[in-house]
Amino acid sequence: MQKKYLRWVVYLVGLIVLLVASVILSLSVGEMNLGFSDIFSILSQGNDSMEYTILSQIRVPRILLGIAVGGALSLSGILLQGVYRNPLVEPYTLGISGGASLGVAFAIVFGLHQLIGSFVLPLTGFMGAFLIIFLVYTISARSGRINIQSMLLTGVMVSFIASSSMMLLMATTSSENLHGIVFWIMGSLDEPDMSLIYITLVMSLVSLVASYFFVQPLNALRLGEEKAKHLGINTDTTIKLIFLMASMLAGVCVAVAGVIGFVGLIIPHLMRLLVGSDYRILLVSSFLSGSIFLVLSDVIARTIISPNELPIGVITGIIGGVVFLLMMSRSSHRTLKNNG
Amino acid sequence: MKPDILNIQNLCCGYPKFQLAEINIDIPKGSFAGIIGPNGSGKTTLFRAITGTLNIKSGTILLGEKDLLSLPPRQHAQNIAIVSQFSDAGDISVEDYVLMGRIPYHSRFSFFESEDDFRIAGKYMEMTDTWRFKDRLMSELSGGEQQLAGIARALTQQPELLLLDEPTSHLDITHQVHILNLLQQLNQELGLSVLMVIHDLNLASEYCDRLILISQGKMHTQGTPEEVLTFQNIEDVYKTVVVTQTNPLSGKPVIFLASQKVLKEIQEKLSNSR
Repeated sequence: MQKKYLRWVVYLVGLIVLLVASVILSLSVGEMNLGFSDIFSILSQGNDSMEYTILSQIRVPRILLGIAVGGALSLSGILLQGVYRNPLVEPYTLGISGGASLGVAFAIVFGLHQLIGSFVLPLTGFMGAFLIIFLVYTISARSGRINIQSMLLTGVMVSFIASSSMMLLMATTSSENLHGIVFWIMGSLDEPDMSLIYITLVMSLVSLVASYFFVQPLNALRLGEEKAKHLGINTDTTIKLIFLMASMLAGVCVAVAGVIGFVGLIIPHLMRLLVGSDYRILLVSSFLSGSIFLVLSDVIARTIISPNELPIGVITGIIGGVVFLLMMSRSSHRTLKNNG
Repeated sequence: MKPDILNIQNLCCGYPKFQLAEINIDIPKGSFAGIIGPNGSGKTTLFRAITGTLNIKSGTILLGEKDLLSLPPRQHAQNIAIVSQFSDAGDISVEDYVLMGRIPYHSRFSFFESEDDFRIAGKYMEMTDTWRFKDRLMSELSGGEQQLAGIARALTQQPELLLLDEPTSHLDITHQVHILNLLQQLNQELGLSVLMVIHDLNLASEYCDRLILISQGKMHTQGTPEEVLTFQNIEDVYKTVVVTQTNPLSGKPVIFLASQKVLKEIQEKLSNSR
């Protein structure tokens, strides 16, 4: 077997072990700490004890959502960075979070969630995100051929309009509503509706599998659009499909869990540094490490000022940013040494 | 007479502000051909028309017997391989980069490269002398080495026609000659047809057996270097005074330039002697 493939297996096994470890950690710590060994007996017994309720009602749903959202955001980020060949692109650059936030702010300001029910928030969030995706897509695909750079600019501009409109809503609404909007924006893995969690999980796993139909075009696109065409890749179709898939994925995540930043930007970067630029290993390792990162961030968000909870978006931003800066400075030292 | 590898009839294409019109080119199989012409004459536009990145208004392009314009992208890439000026491949190892030449042959769902892929890529890496740095990253290579890796990748596509966009433009003479000698060797030993866009008229003359001179979006002349590189043709197209001589070693035309100062002095001498 080629050395390259052997290395991929090592990365894959390593990340799966890490994910299992973070899940076990997340199951055991919290307001009530449970021993590692007890967790399995509590879960397998399935009785009405308080421990069982905490695990099955609170921790397991959060972990499942963390795996789904972390993986999906990270996957969405790596796909978009691959298509745009721009390492600064993340799911939110294209206005997806702006659109979702606008939708949710709209629902809260006009009291739709009290009128109809709490499921309205994810629904309006997703509709907002979808509207933005639709706008960006139609504006840039109008001429038939997609121009990647103009698509990116369109996304950034639409994103500005959406977030400014949300500011407008916030400026004119009551402070009570304002509080609701701000908390939703900061993001949380606290989702009472189990079916929404399952939908998100299934969708992110299906997308991971589906993304593998695009590994070849993505690998070819590393050379740029024109050179990928020279290798016989239908770049226009690829770019459209990947854009749609990645942004829908991000839209669902934001609608369910709020704006959890930096996962879609940082994890793909770290993975590129770690496993290299081949999308065959990059896609799955980005998904897994996104899941690990979010599950661990949630542990910190839940425990650091227990019994209160910090918004997870804050944790991902701070930890992610710091870790990323450290990695960057270390790797630039290395390249400096290599060149000198 | 040999059958054509590339036959272009009445080609019109271009951008709103720049058009190529009535291009007719025929290149026999096994040729080493060059497209020459001043900046902005349409060399790159023609190149992009042949590579399929530019939509064509009218005309036909035949590759052997096949109609290039109706060829699906994948088959296009199996028949024509393109080496661009810059590889722009970043953090990809040389071996992975060369292996990308097998992409046109992969089914959409093949995940791992086959033994065949590795064997073919390896063969052409050895032929281009890139095997020794196959594990280095493309971004760590010098310009000449990147160009060699680009040629290895193109050969791995196992094309009938190899297209190169100014393969020597940013290289010193050692690497220029090295790259062109390699291409010449591939042309002779593998019978591979080569077509390159090239700026340097003397290199074009020395290596190509067929030249296509383009001027202001139109065909000017095509033929052997001796037919194309006359001082009349060059002065007409490049608007520059030149002197043509013959290379004592190869017998191919060589083009000399003269500075304005020298030209003035000659003019003065001529008028004085009258």
